[in-house]
Parts: sequence; structure tokens; C-alpha cells
Amino acid sequence: MAVLTEPGTEPRTATGETESGIDFSLNEDQELMRDEVRRFAEERIQPGVAERDHEHRFPVEIFKEMGEMGLLGMLVPEEYGGAGTDTLSYLLAMEEISRVDPAVAVTMSVTNSVCCWPIVKFGGEALKRKALPPLAAGETLGGFGLTEPGAGSDPSGMRTTARRDGDSWVLNGEKAWITNAGFAGWYVVVARTNPEAGKRGLSAIVVPADAPGFSVGQPEEKLGLKSSRTAQIFFSDCRVPAENLLGQEGQGLKIALATLDHSRLGIAAQAVGIHQRALELAVSYAKERVQFGAPIANNQAIQFKIAQMATELAAARALTHHACSAEHTSQAGRLAAQAKVYASEAANRACQESLQIHGGNGFHDHYEISRLYRDVRVTTIYEGTSEMQRLVIARHLLSR
Amino acid sequence: MRIELTEEQKMLQDAVRRFSAEVVKPRAKEIDETGEFPRSFFDQAGELGLAGVAIPEEYGGAGMDALAYCLVIEEVSRVCATSGVILSVNNSLVCDPILKFGTEEQKKEFLTPLAAGEKLGCFALTEPGAGSDPAGMRTTARRDGDDYVLNGNKIFITNGTDADIALVFASIDLEKKHKGITCFIVPADTPGYSHGTHEFKLGVNASGTTELAFQDMRIPAKWRLGGDGEGFKVAMSTLDGGRIGIAAQAVGIAQAAFEEGLAYSQEREQFGQHLSDFQAIQFYLADMSTEIDAARLLTWKAAWLKDNGKRFTLEAAQAKLFASEMAQRVTNKALQIHGGYGYTKEYNVERYFRDARITEIYEGTSEIQKMVIADWVLNKA
Repeated sequence: MAVLTEPGTEPRTATGETESGIDFSLNEDQELMRDEVRRFAEERIQPGVAERDHEHRFPVEIFKEMGEMGLLGMLVPEEYGGAGTDTLSYLLAMEEISRVDPAVAVTMSVTNSVCCWPIVKFGGEALKRKALPPLAAGETLGGFGLTEPGAGSDPSGMRTTARRDGDSWVLNGEKAWITNAGFAGWYVVVARTNPEAGKRGLSAIVVPADAPGFSVGQPEEKLGLKSSRTAQIFFSDCRVPAENLLGQEGQGLKIALATLDHSRLGIAAQAVGIHQRALELAVSYAKERVQFGAPIANNQAIQFKIAQMATELAAARALTHHACSAEHTSQAGRLAAQAKVYASEAANRACQESLQIHGGNGFHDHYEISRLYRDVRVTTIYEGTSEMQRLVIARHLLSR
Repeated sequence: MRIELTEEQKMLQDAVRRFSAEVVKPRAKEIDETGEFPRSFFDQAGELGLAGVAIPEEYGGAGMDALAYCLVIEEVSRVCATSGVILSVNNSLVCDPILKFGTEEQKKEFLTPLAAGEKLGCFALTEPGAGSDPAGMRTTARRDGDDYVLNGNKIFITNGTDADIALVFASIDLEKKHKGITCFIVPADTPGYSHGTHEFKLGVNASGTTELAFQDMRIPAKWRLGGDGEGFKVAMSTLDGGRIGIAAQAVGIAQAAFEEGLAYSQEREQFGQHLSDFQAIQFYLADMSTEIDAARLLTWKAAWLKDNGKRFTLEAAQAKLFASEMAQRVTNKALQIHGGYGYTKEYNVERYFRDARITEIYEGTSEIQKMVIADWVLNKA
């Protein structure tokens, strides 16, 4: 009868994972790590989160502890002082930190994904030995300088230049919306090294904060993520060693795009963490708040909002984890973009609905959802707007 | 965490894709128009092992699992949603509950021919006055010696025009509401059993959906599935699994609509360029593919939980809710990309658009799924 062969009979590895096939479970290490990060986030990050937001205070002390735990160099190999974990572990940690404080999470994301990661992937040995250990240990933080006042989604319009002078690169120009500006010890900066070569005239150069000619502007006032630091950075005949070039001269755009492909998963995980929290807050509020003589959770209108939030959360998490499991395949770019656009937009809807369930209280600063509602907004914008993600996805679909 | 099909699963997918392209697709348009029940399709699917995908081989099935079943339903539905639901009902709603709740004798007598595709099953729960709320059913079963005597009517029964075996839900005591519901395995040649003829519907038009009537229909007590008053439990547990199949069906319909929308956008020229060169169309395609992937993952996750013996009620409801509403949006956009042509019978998207609609309704409406999900999230999580 059964002409079709039987699936699901692959040998199992020691960790209980099948060699191939569908397995949605986490392995033991991943579960332990997630639980540990959740405990840390609740015990060490949750206290004071609202005050930090109010005071726009960057929590240096938290990052020291995170560095000691290995959360700032998760993807850095152990030989350079990192934790050397897999990408899924990093995403689970991002989710847990974001669930408690998305502003702490963005510093974590930038340090791990767009500073350490490209240095690990494209940096020379001397640079790695110099930059990675202090970043991974949390002695300093990482930054990433791609965006300029006139070059956002389209980096080819950038004007920052880097000129080779003997054993140095000399940078001139400015970068905008730089997360961790002023707190970061190392910045991955994309600058134009050949004005004639268009997209191939850009190069990625690592700039230490103590380089001569480097300076930081005033902190930006933002809608959300208020305790994270965002500012411009300036280069005025800023001189760095030639060995700080990532990859080859002219590969800057390629390196930046590869970095963003990777970091998008971190932002998707950030959105999933915020979404998870928005749902938890909605559930607990709906069960406590009494109107018309009963908890508002008894109303079908509220129940259906919660069902929709929970379903979209499951979808967002599945897309994110799937993109991670396919990170070394030809579909990685498309899947990461799908996860980022879906998770960020779903998280925005979830915060909107959770705030609505909170009614007037949700509009009040005393309720956590009002902060999340502001914090979540940027997830559809940074590290590639939703519109850029859709272009990336469409390009993949149409090039087949 | 690993989300990639095994070689065996890919082989299954390829085999069903070939079968669907060669056997199912050529008749899809015709049966949609005539409403003729594609019995020969079911017979051939049975020969391939598709009538009881997750049923053990000793009972006539293919001995695979829920995930394999998802792959089968998606591939068949991708070319013909009608054929997809015919298979889904036989697999999920008839074979599965007999495997789970049946006696050895019931399995030998009924499950084996059903899973082998020699007989076709239907699932008779819904009544004119009892849809989402089965506790309101009026069909009765009165104990009489070693038999039960059933009287009543069922509507919207998929496979009803051609089924050889029906799972019939009836109340042994109307006062007891859902606690009176009891399930019976009923051969269609039982005296007192009758069915209606084809009814034209908006979509899945050849699925043999019709009404059943039982008049003093005498069923031996040994064909009762589960105990007296356990029918509600049988039905709910069955529908949990059925929802995974409908989610897979919705993914299949949407996948077909997406593929044809993508292809059309690359052929059709307006304003001197392909539709696919317009950003608005690109964004439609991007969202369609993202939502299809998300729905497929939710479906696979529910199936994976089922295969690993874990509870999956919440995940099946989420997969069904998300996939069906996704299919509605995706087929709508695929039709939109086709413009006026999409509104004609010349292109398949018109059929996909109609077929997708039912996935939001049968085996639990979207509203029922949301009630199930909210109950889990608010009270059980």
C-alpha cells in the first residue's frame, strides 16, 4: 500500500536533535541560556527601567554586567574573548532583554551584530586581537556608522570620505543616528575611498573612539528608546591605522549589507520580545481590570484582540527562528527580511492593541505599555525600513 | 531547532506534486464548474497511500505522520482545493478518530478500507441549528437492545454525496446538551440513511457537500465510537487535528495563487514595463511570500507537536486562523495583480479566491479559533 517511504526515522544526536528534518525545540544549552538571561533581565534590568527612560539615562553599569555574562560578544569566538554561542542563542537572549528593556537591547544588538560581527567576519588578525576582547568583555561598547544626514536607505549617496595616507586612513565627514555614540570604544564606519567608483568606491573602516579627529555630537531627543544614546559622530582628518580596514578596499557596501542581513534577525528578535511583553501586559491587565461588574477579559472584543496578538507573536517568532536556521542558505537574505518586516510590524500592532486594552491607563506614563508603545515604533525603521525589507524580499522573488 | 525537510519528506513532496500535476490538476477546473465529485481521484490517491497518510500500515495507511500529512494536503490543494478537502476529511476527520478512539474490531472493519482509500468517509456533526455550537444538535440516538436508533438531519457534510462510511454525532439525551453527544460509525448502506445531491457553493465546489438524513436508522452498539456521551470529546479532539489539515490546505491554495501572481507580474506589460517592475506589485509579492511562509511554519509547528505527543490545541487553532485569513489576503492580492483577467474564468486565481474563502469557516470559524486561542492565553498558559 504505502509506496511512499517513511520519514522521521533519522538517527538522533546526543543532544536529542534530529540530523535533519523539522524540530522546533530548543536544545538544553539554549534553554539554560534563555532562562539565565530572563532571570538576569528581571533582576538586574527591570528595576529602574521607567526611571532610566524618564531621565534618558544610559545604564553603563548594566552593560558592565552584561559584558561579564558574555552577552556583548555572543557571536565572537572564544579565542577573542567572546562567548562563541550560536545565532539562535543570541536571538533568544535578544528577545529576553528586549522583553524587559528594548533600550538596553538596542545597545546589545549594535555591539554584537553590527560592530563585533563584521570585525569577526571581515577583520584582520591584529584588528581582531585589539578590538574584540574589550568589546566582548563589556569594557567598552560598539558602534556602527553607515547612515548620514543625506544617506539613509540609500547608502550610495554618502559623503564621508577616507583617504589613504601612508600607513593610515584619514576620514572626513559625519554620520547620523549613531547608537551608542559617546559610549562606544569602536565604530565600524563606511566611508567613500574612491569617488569615481560609485557603489564599489565605499570601504568599511574600524575607528576607535580615541582616534585623533573623532568627536561626538549632542544626544538626540527621540520618541522612544530614550535611555539608549543616539548622536552624530564627526571625523575631521581622523586618522586610523591601515590595518583597520575590513575586507578589501571597495567592499564597504557589500560588508554593510551582509552585516545588516545578519543584524535584521536581532531586530526581529527585539520586536518579538517587545511583542511578548505587550501580550503579557494585556493579559494581566484584562484579567484585573473590572468594568460593568466583570474583568474586561470577559468581553469577546478583548479576547479576540488577545488571540490575534498571540497568533501573530507565534508567526513572528517562527519566521525569526526559521530565518536563523537557514542563515547559511541562499535564502538567508530573503528570510531575514521577512522576519524583520513581519515581526516589527506585528509588534507595533500588538503594542497598539495592548495599549488600547489598557484604556486611559495605557496612555499614562506609569504603565509599562506606554513606554513599549514608543519603543517599538523604531523597529520598522532602523536596520532597514519595512519598505527596504520588502524591496529585498521582492528582489529575491523576482530574480529566480 | 531545525526547520528543513528530510530527504524522505522531500521525496514525498515530489511524489505528491507529480501526482497532483498529472492526475489532479487536469480536472480541477472542470470539476469546479460541473461540481462532479472526483471519485476516481480519491481512488488513485488511495492507491498512493494518501487516504490515510498518518494511519499505521497495519490498518491500511501509509504509516507516516502529521507533518507528512501537511505536505500531502498542501501539494494537492495547490492544484485543487476541492481534492484537498476531500482527502483532508477522510484523513483527519474520519480515519484519525477511529484510530484514536476505535475498538480493534472497528479499526479492522472500517479504518482499514478507509485508510486504504477503498472506502470514502464523511464527518457528520453540523446541523441546521447547530454549527459552531454542537451542543444544540437535534439528531437523536435512542438505545434499543443491542442497537441505537438514530433520527435527524445533518448539513454541509463534505464527501456526503459519495461517502461509504459516515461518522455521525447524535444525542442520547437532548437535556444533557454536549454531555449527551455520542459518536457512531455508520455504513452508508444502512437502512434509513439517505443523502442529498450536489449543492453549488462559492468554492470547493466538487467536494460532495450535502445534507444527510437518518430515519429510524438502526446502528449496532458495537459501532459506537467511544462511550455514551463521549461524542463531544471525540469531535473536539478530531477537529484539533483537522485544523492542521485545513491550515495546510489554505497554505496550498495561497502558494498556487502566489506563484501565478508572480509569474503573471513578470509577463504582463503596462506603461512599457512589466508589472513586476512596479514597486506596488513588488510589495504585494513580498507580503504574500512572507505571510505564506509564516502560515506554513505555524502549520508545521502544530503538526510537529502532534507527532511528538505534545498538546497542540492552541497551535492548531493559531495555524488554522492565521493560514486561512492569510489565504484570503493572498488570493485577493493575486487576483488584483491579474487585474480584469483575474476576474475571469480564464485564469485560475478566480477559483483560488473563491476556494480560499471556506478555509475561514469550516472546521471551526475564525471566531471559534479566536475563542480557543484566547481561552488558552488567558486561562491555561
